[in-house]
Amino acid sequence: MEERLETVEDIIICRDVHKWFGDFHVLQGVNVTIKRGEVVVVCGPSGGGKSTFIRTINRLEEHQRGDIIVDGIELTSDLRNIHAIQREIGMVFQSFNLFPHLKVIDNVTLAPIWVRRWSKDKAEETAMQLLERVGIPEQAQKYPGQLSGGQQQRVAIARALAMQPKIMLFDEPTSALDPEMIKEVLDVMIELARSGMTMIVVTHEMGFAREVATRIFFFDEGDIVEELSTEELKAAIQDPNRAKKERTRLFLSQIL
Amino acid sequence: MAVQPEVIKPPRTEVGLLGWLKKNLFSTWYHVLLTFFSIAFVYVVLRAVITWVVRDARWEVVVVNLKVFMIGRYPTKEAWRVLVSLGIVVLLAMLTWVFRRAEGKPRRWLVIGWLLSLPLITILLRGFSRESPFLPLVSEDVWSGLLLTLVLAIVGIVASFPLGVLLALGRRSKLPVIKVLCTVYIETIRGVPLISVLFMSQLMLPLFLPPEIRLGTVMRALTGMTLFSAAYTAENVRGGLASIPRGQYEAARAVGLNEVLVMGLIVLPQALRAVIPAIVGQFISLFKDTTLVVIVGLLDLLGIAKAVVGQKEFIGLHKEVYAFAAVIFFICCYTMSSASRRLEQALGVGER
Repeated sequence: MEERLETVEDIIICRDVHKWFGDFHVLQGVNVTIKRGEVVVVCGPSGGGKSTFIRTINRLEEHQRGDIIVDGIELTSDLRNIHAIQREIGMVFQSFNLFPHLKVIDNVTLAPIWVRRWSKDKAEETAMQLLERVGIPEQAQKYPGQLSGGQQQRVAIARALAMQPKIMLFDEPTSALDPEMIKEVLDVMIELARSGMTMIVVTHEMGFAREVATRIFFFDEGDIVEELSTEELKAAIQDPNRAKKERTRLFLSQIL
Repeated sequence: MAVQPEVIKPPRTEVGLLGWLKKNLFSTWYHVLLTFFSIAFVYVVLRAVITWVVRDARWEVVVVNLKVFMIGRYPTKEAWRVLVSLGIVVLLAMLTWVFRRAEGKPRRWLVIGWLLSLPLITILLRGFSRESPFLPLVSEDVWSGLLLTLVLAIVGIVASFPLGVLLALGRRSKLPVIKVLCTVYIETIRGVPLISVLFMSQLMLPLFLPPEIRLGTVMRALTGMTLFSAAYTAENVRGGLASIPRGQYEAARAVGLNEVLVMGLIVLPQALRAVIPAIVGQFISLFKDTTLVVIVGLLDLLGIAKAVVGQKEFIGLHKEVYAFAAVIFFICCYTMSSASRRLEQALGVGER
């Protein structure tokens, strides 16, 4: 499958997506269309399916019914489609998942060298630029174990960006961080959002949502319960009762 | 005006050598007793051993038979070939040590050098046909002594390691046929002693091969040892693979690597690093298990030792001969063990 040069406008389309873990119906017919450049924040209670939802988009989980179309490529069991989609999506995990046996710089250059077949020099140059963009160029020669949590997560963001993805997925990126490190990671994500990257972020950080989100999904019991625009979110933050659905009000009043 | 605070030193009998002695050897009355008994015991044993080694032992049995210990029945006229082979290995080892990189990854030409040395040394030691003037045939069935032990151990180790890794990956495969085959192989081999594997390879291997291929005793023993060790290595590697968190696979897939690259760049390197102690332990076992080939009529270092003691000039000198063999085994095994420790340090095992 050749790399697509232009990007379609509706970059992620999910139609009636269902998924079961055994008998547990974790995704119950999700329908959503995300446009290029959008910053979508997904929030909701634990077990509601929000992590599972974004993980089905890059095939870390397999959906059992429905269609998912990413950048015009349909996500089926065809390995070529799966690999093509995974190359276009970058993901940042709650537990960072950096490769501990490689230095920071090698973590970032690994995929461009082996998947995009860049030369070592080009990969390292890009990697250093990205490390500067996330604010930690001086850590390039260290091993992940020698870095703090906030630094590791920023390396993870740089590693995902090194593949020049069209979409970035974030699965609770700051949930495992100490409070003083959350800001440094959120600042990087805000800069990324302002630069026009299409992002889907599962998070409880409403401050981040208020700053850069274009849409906010409240996800519970396997589907999107309510969708809020930025203004509606700002209003709901002031007064959770401004949300339309009861479950949304309950959740917001718990986390705010 | 800042005054230098008075530095109070700790009491002299509590720190340093005196402190250590006091704390560990003389702290209570029963510790004092134990210390004296231990010192007495060590003294008695050491005195007996050193007296024997220096005064009573007849080391001429070792000195006179040194060549036999080293290369066994290898023809003396061709012994230079063994020395040259040894020289190649020593040279490569020195080059590896000099040009080692801090991360533990050797340079490419060194790896090529080591890979080429295997067939080169095989040809050098074995030679061509009986009539050829340059390197006449010295069939491997004639090799004995330490030469045979090293050949069996090195080839066994080098061959069983990749086979073991493949078996471990096969056992974890999602394809049922491969998984069942690998599991049956591993569990069968692990269920029988090495001696029976050696017997089976002596007797049954010719049945599986076409009649044109006739393997000598050494080749059959080598096959048996390799197949045996591979099963144990496979389980060690499988343990390492199981210890890799799922997040590593997910991150590797998320960044675009395909299944082969995920395994080869991310999972296997971490898994193998984690089980280096277990794998090298298996290699050391293999080295010592080569002594079992006496069962199938081959004379390794211990077999030769027994033959040396059997000569009429040297009857009764078991202690000297077996002590010498024990020292050789210890040197080899300890070398492997300390190389393993250095490798672990270079790769940061347990740190990252």
